[in-house]
Amino acid sequence: MTALPFSRQELLITTIARLLQGCRLVATGASSPIPGAGALLARAQSGGHMRVNVLGSVRNDFLCDGGVELFDLAGQGRLDAFFLGGGQIDGEANINLVGAGGVYPQTDVRWPGSFGSGYLYYLVPRVILFREEHSRRVLVPKVDFISSAGPKNDGTYRPGGPIGLLTNLCWFAFDRDKRRFRLESVHPGHSVEEVRDHTGFDFDCPASVAATAAPDADILTLLRTRIAREIAETYPRFVAQVFPDLAAAGD
Amino acid sequence: MTKELGPNLIGQVPLQDLDRLAAQIPHGAKIAVPPDYSGVAMALTRAMIRRSLRDLHVVCVPISGLQVDMLAGAGCIGTVETSAITLGEYGTAHRFQAALRAKQFRMMDATCPAVHAAIQAAGKGLPFMPLRGLLGTDLLKNRPDWQVIDNPFEKHNDPIVLLPAIKPDFAVFHAPFADRNGNVFIGRRRELVAMAHASTASLVTVEEIRDVDLLASEESAAGTLTAAYIGGIAEVPRGAWPLKLWDIYEYDEAHLKLYGEMARTAEGFARYCDEFVHDRKAAE
Repeated sequence: MTALPFSRQELLITTIARLLQGCRLVATGASSPIPGAGALLARAQSGGHMRVNVLGSVRNDFLCDGGVELFDLAGQGRLDAFFLGGGQIDGEANINLVGAGGVYPQTDVRWPGSFGSGYLYYLVPRVILFREEHSRRVLVPKVDFISSAGPKNDGTYRPGGPIGLLTNLCWFAFDRDKRRFRLESVHPGHSVEEVRDHTGFDFDCPASVAATAAPDADILTLLRTRIAREIAETYPRFVAQVFPDLAAAGD
Repeated sequence: MTKELGPNLIGQVPLQDLDRLAAQIPHGAKIAVPPDYSGVAMALTRAMIRRSLRDLHVVCVPISGLQVDMLAGAGCIGTVETSAITLGEYGTAHRFQAALRAKQFRMMDATCPAVHAAIQAAGKGLPFMPLRGLLGTDLLKNRPDWQVIDNPFEKHNDPIVLLPAIKPDFAVFHAPFADRNGNVFIGRRRELVAMAHASTASLVTVEEIRDVDLLASEESAAGTLTAAYIGGIAEVPRGAWPLKLWDIYEYDEAHLKLYGEMARTAEGFARYCDEFVHDRKAAE
């Protein structure tokens, strides 16, 4: 296979930026360098129409009413998009950030905890589920603990929810009516069979699945210069690893 | 430091050394603590471990890391109420996880805005606060203290979660400075204000005490926690070490890496405590 002119992370970042088009206000949470870079790229492409709040940043954090303000923004309906991950994610888009195996709270594996997911997932209209690892241990038939539940269409107050799930292999769109994922695109260099082999839940799969759109040269240049510099403030180690040229140039 | 106000007071607030401040916290106390980036009273935490405090109920507003890992490793904790415990880039919170597996404390998993809302309820003197979300989660299922009611203001069925107020005995944190009257500068860290309002008293360590009056101008008053909430202050330079304090100093990466390695095992953690908690010269 010939080498692609972009890295795995660059494809994820540019895909995220595309998924955020049209948003007015986007926030990213803890340990989220790729979503953070994707949001900053989307902002750069928005012509001044998007605000981005990167948790842990000083220059790209405009909140000044304490830790609760982000959640209040979501409650008010002002926060258009957010990112959630999970130690486990199942086919109905339930996510688990607490632990697996054993009997809660003495789970065999313990993850940090649910953070803001038990609330933001219900209130933010465009939640992007993001988990780089695409494996059967992560994408499971049923999560062991529900940190936050997928939409149930049961009439309860639920303006928010997932639009889909982005992994190292593909982008699944979430069909809220059917409460199922649909394989929307497979990343260049990967196949539908590979996605099937590594996914533990059932999903809808059209006869022909598109390749995830590759970034063009202009976007890659923007990403490798301005956006890499912007995200480096919050995630210097990530930038040193993914954009070594920028790091070497002393930026 | 102001001298004319008496040796042990700034304004009406007791000015104490670190160990006297820690001595205000009894076994079983409920304490509210901020996240790692907001100003954690780590020197005071080490003093608490030296006092062998037991059965603390630690409310993380809304998450914690090194502080809870150390208190858990030292056997100080009876209950952890939090939305997450993470050491971030410095690896897994091994002491917290080991103590949890060994059932050494009660675990109350929450979600960030639930902790904030319950703290705000106490700050307003309210018995509870409603919160959206949470329906259908195992968080809700495992929190018998949370209730679901039908929104009484809505004609159709609209279930909503009620959270009982969290009323800590103490808010415990570290800030850059206090003024001559015991007012504490908290900048934009409004979660510290919410914690202080909810708690019976706040025990605060500061980098320094300055001979100024924070309430004298609108600019500084807007970033101030007023002295009426403060139960004691200690002047402790680098009191958040090895964590960061805002933009004043950064994480001590080398030390956190060392902690992450040593705290993998109970024995390693005990050696860490010998060197950096019990031997104060090494730590402060």
